[in-house]
Amino acid sequence: MSEAAKAQPLILRRIEAAHRSRNVSFRLQFVLVWVALIAALGVALALADQIDPPWLQEWAPFILGGAAITVLVCVTSIALAVVLALLGALGRLSRNPVIHAIASFYVSLVRGTPLLVQLFFVYYALADIGVVIDPIPAGIIALSFNYGAYMTEIFRAGIQAVPRGQREAAQALGMTERLIMRRVVLPQATRIVIPAVGNEFIAMIKDSSLVSTIGVAELLWRADTAGTPTLHRPSAFLLAALVYWVLTIFFSFFQERLERRMARGDR
Amino acid sequence: MAALGEVVVCARGVEKYFGDNHVLRGVDLDVRDGETVMLIGRSGSGKTTMLRCLNFLEEPTAGSIAVAGVQVDADPLHERSRRHQEQIRQIRLRAGMVFQDFNLFPHMTVLENCIEAPMRVKGVPRRRAIELAVGFLGKVGLIEKRDEHPARLSGGQKQRVAIARALCMEPKVLMFDEPTSALDPELVGEVLNVMEELAHEGTTMIVVTHEMSFAREAADRVVFMEAGTVIEEGPPEQVLDAPQDERTRQFLRRFLRRGDGQPAA
Ligand SMILES: Nc1ncnc2c1ncn2[C@@H]1O[C@H](COP(=O)(O)OP(=O)(O)O)[C@@H](O)[C@H]1O
Ligand SMILES: [Mg+2]
Repeated sequence: MSEAAKAQPLILRRIEAAHRSRNVSFRLQFVLVWVALIAALGVALALADQIDPPWLQEWAPFILGGAAITVLVCVTSIALAVVLALLGALGRLSRNPVIHAIASFYVSLVRGTPLLVQLFFVYYALADIGVVIDPIPAGIIALSFNYGAYMTEIFRAGIQAVPRGQREAAQALGMTERLIMRRVVLPQATRIVIPAVGNEFIAMIKDSSLVSTIGVAELLWRADTAGTPTLHRPSAFLLAALVYWVLTIFFSFFQERLERRMARGDR
Repeated sequence: MAALGEVVVCARGVEKYFGDNHVLRGVDLDVRDGETVMLIGRSGSGKTTMLRCLNFLEEPTAGSIAVAGVQVDADPLHERSRRHQEQIRQIRLRAGMVFQDFNLFPHMTVLENCIEAPMRVKGVPRRRAIELAVGFLGKVGLIEKRDEHPARLSGGQKQRVAIARALCMEPKVLMFDEPTSALDPELVGEVLNVMEELAHEGTTMIVVTHEMSFAREAADRVVFMEAGTVIEEGPPEQVLDAPQDERTRQFLRRFLRRGDGQPAA
């Protein structure tokens, strides 16, 4: 009995130390493999002799400037998409058949057609019938309508994930349906959907490259514009890819932190 | 027993079907001002459903409910009609409810939980709502938790906040559905103490409970339900200690064997 009591702390300490060293060694190997892979990529590119540093130096500022446009388009689009998704979700949950039908129609239409087609429709087809929209607004419209439809389902699930007891408690206090939605359900649904909205935003950063096709001077468009006529497409598109990658890593970092904070939350 | 006041809750012929399941079979219930009525009966006998019919969280299939002069007839065909919903809301303003699993709003602090409905539903000015909330939080012994979120409270504390939140609407009757069933045993007492104090102060209450000793202490009247009907009702010393109906006796025997409650006096 006393023997065991004495032995226990020691074995616990040794287990903990073993855990720690296993953790450290895991992380070390992880970093090493990443560094090795990046180095291998660099060597391969150098051997292929396709990267032209002076050219890159000359054009990098122009291409990197496109990242700002990409982020601007995405931030605006995700904000509008959130509004559309909220309206869509409320519509899909509405008992009013007209509102319900309109919301379902929107989701079905948008999810049933490719983003690229939607983009061409907003920019080219509308122009043909006299509705001329500049590339950036056209891109934002298409992206926000598209993501709004997908996020409608996320918001709907988020609203439905708020426990039924919350609504009942509010009802029992005499709150009206509208008040319950605004003050009780939506604030809780928001916390539930924020991580998923973060994921959508990161997906949108990549999808937004499609708006290069209608001449928005964002990252991919600039890489193409700089690289194609000067016959430097390997450098140009590699740089574009790297910037997309960095952007997604950057925003994923915030998204994960947000997610963790939400998980801790006030509940 | 409290002096008998006027009738605050009057339920007549309440019927409820869930599909083919006939859960309430014509229940009548009168609760007078200042009275504490405890609803007992085995699991599945319809106690929760009856309570939820009183404030229309369940729409009764038939019957009528009156709370503090507002009478609403069951109208399952037009359950969602604006007129019916507004009538129901008038009932809910007069009948507070405390749930088994608290249902506090997790995104609001304790104080915010308490002032939300008074301010936004009754239009009570913020300062007055806070005064009221502070008063009731004091009564349940939780003033110092006013700025905490519910997640940081124990179950017993949550339930006491839920009671304060309901009191802040100054209801004519307060309804409890097994308010201590979700609590760890050592936290039951603090909630029952608050309820007992309310009962002695003359708060009109309807309580669904399995706490027989609490019923004996705090009830003015005990109502025993089985299979959707009221079998027997009366003062606790009568229903709990000298039950007339065999079904009541059976139910109570089962309880005593489990050691819950006290032996008959
Ligand atoms: N929402 C519901 N849908 C279908 N059946 C229900 C629902 N709520 C309760 N019931 C049924 O009604 C009966 C009475 O339940 P309840 O009122 O919860 O009893 P008690 O509270 O006395 O334990 C049970 O048979 C239960 O299964
Ligand atoms: Mg029950």
